[in-house]
Amino acid sequence: MSTRIGVVTFPGSLDDRDAQRAIRLVGAEPVELWHADHDLQGVDAIVLPGGFSYGDYLRPGAIAAVSPIMTEVVEAAGKGMPVLGICNGFQVLVESHLLPGGLIRNAHQQFIRRDQRLVVENADTAWTNSFEQGEEIVIPLKNGDGGFIADDETLKRLEGEGLIAFRYAGVNPNGSLDDIAGLTNERGNVVGLMPHPEHAVEPGFGPDMPDAMRSGIDGLRFFESAVAALAARV
Amino acid sequence: MPTIVVDVMPKAELLDPQGKATTGALARLGHGKFENVRIGKRFEFTVEGEVDEAVLAEVRQLAEEILSNSVIEDVVAISVDGEAR
Repeated sequence: MSTRIGVVTFPGSLDDRDAQRAIRLVGAEPVELWHADHDLQGVDAIVLPGGFSYGDYLRPGAIAAVSPIMTEVVEAAGKGMPVLGICNGFQVLVESHLLPGGLIRNAHQQFIRRDQRLVVENADTAWTNSFEQGEEIVIPLKNGDGGFIADDETLKRLEGEGLIAFRYAGVNPNGSLDDIAGLTNERGNVVGLMPHPEHAVEPGFGPDMPDAMRSGIDGLRFFESAVAALAARV
Repeated sequence: MPTIVVDVMPKAELLDPQGKATTGALARLGHGKFENVRIGKRFEFTVEGEVDEAVLAEVRQLAEEILSNSVIEDVVAISVDGEAR
């Protein structure tokens, strides 16, 4: 039986279909999950997709974080289920306290969209085990509220315990402290990041790479990692 | 009907990009004496009946847990019909 990975659709989610497509491309079965349900439909892993849930009202991700299905998502994450939050999904994860810190308006106030270089800082999580530690990858970044912040004590802990999953390479695109692009929890099953792996999964539609335009498919390995992590668990 | 007001501000030590942009605009308009503008949020709750300690406790909890994110913001004031509580 193939791995079943759920993608939660909130009001205002934009990239839920892209995430489903990425899941299909690695041979897993995408399962549509609905924000208003209390039902994870027996999935093996969960993706919280990008977009602007509830129009970013209150704070990005804040209202989605208290939606019905998040009760089950938080509970499943606590039991070790792989959960990936992409962009708005990352914001939902920090608002749900599954990951520490907060995300504020980009320091330069502009929405930004670019093909972003990242360094994999932790290749030992459910969503990054197909990468090499320190490997540089390229996936698209597109957000208005991507500035990661946390107090000094939290930043020290993130660094000391290896909880920084990704850092921006080259230019820091949004003012994130310590160039933090993504985090993992202690157990390595919950990962959140601002850039979008699901937009770098198919040649011809991915980010520009040195050898060819739109050829980047580094995003596939996030989803391959989850499939591998779940296979290893059985 | 009583109105409960909750004021939330971004933490003082953190960059407030909206406030910074506004400070810059005011300076360009010749109001450079206002060195720092910071932008927060005001929530108004209207409630049926009396605002007793139980209602206030509920509002305080909502203010801390939902209306603000303690990582990036502080609840700076809660008032009832203009009176600080």
